[in-house]
Amino acid sequence: MKRRQLLSDWLVPLAVFAVLAIVPELHFSIPKLFDQPISSPGTLQLLAACVLFGGLALTYDIQFGYTGLLSFGHALYIAVGVYLSNIAITDWHWNFWVAILFTMGVAFVLANVLGFVSLRVGGIAFAMVTLAFAQAGAVLALKDPHHWTHGEEGLGADYTRLPHVFVGIFNTKNLYWLALGFLVVVFFTVRWAVESSPGRVWQAIRENELRVEVLGMRPHLYKLQAFVLSSTLAAGGGIVYMLLYNGSTLAVTAPNFTLALLLMVVIGGAGSRWGAVLGGILYTYLNDRLVSVGSSSAVEGLPHALRIPLSQPLFLLGVIFILIVFFLPGGLAGIVGRGRPSGLRRLQEAIRPEPSLTAPQEDA
Amino acid sequence: MSTWLLLTITGLGLGAMYFLIASGLSLIYGLMGVLNFAHGAFITVGAYASWWTEAHLFSGVHSITLRFLLAALMGLLVGGVFAALVELILIRPLYNRHIEQVLVTVGLSIAFVALVQGIWGPDPQAFAVPPWLHETTTIAGAHIPNDRWIEIGTAAVVLGLLQLFLRRTRYGLIIRAGVENRAMVQALGIDVRKAFTLVFAIGGIAAAVAGVLSGVYFNVVGPDQGTSLLIFAFIVVVIGGLGSIGGSAAAAVVVALTQQYTNYYASAGVGDMVVVLLLGLVLLARPRGLAGAVVGARA
Repeated sequence: MKRRQLLSDWLVPLAVFAVLAIVPELHFSIPKLFDQPISSPGTLQLLAACVLFGGLALTYDIQFGYTGLLSFGHALYIAVGVYLSNIAITDWHWNFWVAILFTMGVAFVLANVLGFVSLRVGGIAFAMVTLAFAQAGAVLALKDPHHWTHGEEGLGADYTRLPHVFVGIFNTKNLYWLALGFLVVVFFTVRWAVESSPGRVWQAIRENELRVEVLGMRPHLYKLQAFVLSSTLAAGGGIVYMLLYNGSTLAVTAPNFTLALLLMVVIGGAGSRWGAVLGGILYTYLNDRLVSVGSSSAVEGLPHALRIPLSQPLFLLGVIFILIVFFLPGGLAGIVGRGRPSGLRRLQEAIRPEPSLTAPQEDA
Repeated sequence: MSTWLLLTITGLGLGAMYFLIASGLSLIYGLMGVLNFAHGAFITVGAYASWWTEAHLFSGVHSITLRFLLAALMGLLVGGVFAALVELILIRPLYNRHIEQVLVTVGLSIAFVALVQGIWGPDPQAFAVPPWLHETTTIAGAHIPNDRWIEIGTAAVVLGLLQLFLRRTRYGLIIRAGVENRAMVQALGIDVRKAFTLVFAIGGIAAAVAGVLSGVYFNVVGPDQGTSLLIFAFIVVVIGGLGSIGGSAAAAVVVALTQQYTNYYASAGVGDMVVVLLLGLVLLARPRGLAGAVVGARA
């Protein structure tokens, strides 16, 4: 038993990450899957995005899959990472490392404040409130009152102030390793967190919040903990995103950005580490590659009514998502762990309409 | 004074659209516990259906006003039918599984926007309306575009009709009772599921009205116009109290006016922030929304 534990806890994840780590050194090409050889910057950029979104989806899963909080505003914290680090470096000419520490600090404080307010309501109302806060952030980035974000133009990073290993097309493999490093940190942090005693309380809240309260614990504080951990890690992912895409654009502030994370987690399997990671990787890959499928000659020959849906990756991903919700509530991870209730089934109690209508927990 | 009047009327026009969207969202949530993310798609369906029929189906009609009216009616019809079909095909099989229902509407909203972009392109389409809608009426020195009156009037009529329907008809009674206590309604032997399809259809029609009006207000119909309106409608629903039509109407006016005034007197964008701040304040003071006491009584 003990040996099996060691295997699944350390050896399997380390083996997977080791395989992922040698990817930039693979110099051959896989014809159908990628246009260019694997070690080429174009393919590596896509793979780095896949790995990064694997990590970001996992940060979202801390709230959604493990604690049962349906947030529509996770993009806000990613956007804080993407924008604030860039603003500090490019607009304020700060030192790179100071800017990163500052960004993480701000994200931590912001998550505490906004989390405290939004967690006063539960269930669906929480989803709407987080959506509204994220929208406020999106408006702020768009209107750009202090001329920091450059609104719709976006803010390109001042590459002279970034560490040289992350600049330039020849260093794409370093960016890939950075994204992979982010995924590894998130993966082991999440495992440590959900198996710690507060982490067990999060899962208990997901199953039955009232019971946790009856046991004399304060669900509000534990939910805030999960929210802050998830949001702060997301801001870290935002910084990686900024480095990977060489700047900040409004895409990360859009409500659809959070919805994409939700799709990734559900497709992969909510409340499952490998599921969320796999969902993030697959979604990002498909979203990118389906565009080229849509413009390929095989699809061009199809009649109009078939060609249009096939040329829209988000249409296909949305349909896949709906099918998964209907027929595979455990997501892709649920295929492996058959028999046990998994994924969305375990979230039944957490996101019912009633909790939003019951009196809020008083922590004062 | 004239600026203030113009801002107020324009704000009410915007509030009218918020109300039309929020009323359906609020009823659907109140009765079924579903946060309907696909409501944005209903708005888009209404807007595109009337835009398309105006250009293709009714292009033979000479009077532009009549053509616009016919197209608008088609928009409402298509919006209502689409919403009812969504309920029957996607929501009903997941009865009592709220999280899945919400997720399905999320998936639908994403897939639908992508589909519309695929068919008609990502750019907004010009929406032809009778010219007199864009002329102005001068009241107390303020030049007010005529379409604002149409928006406010339509929302007032919809509010009146909804209240009449909810208070005077048997189905209205079932819906109101269902919002209060759905289990009790079912225990009395009433098939509450018919009411589900009905509120979806009503919500879809109201959202389609908002879609057509937003086409008039912005002069264009675009694939993601629905989504951006939807976010403010969510705020209106939370502030107004989930499940309350009157609360939605009051909150829509408050939110839209606050937004207009601050966007003008402070600076553009501040209004949107203030509205979110307002939402935070309401939640801190009254977590159930302004009309929440009525709704909360059932919990």
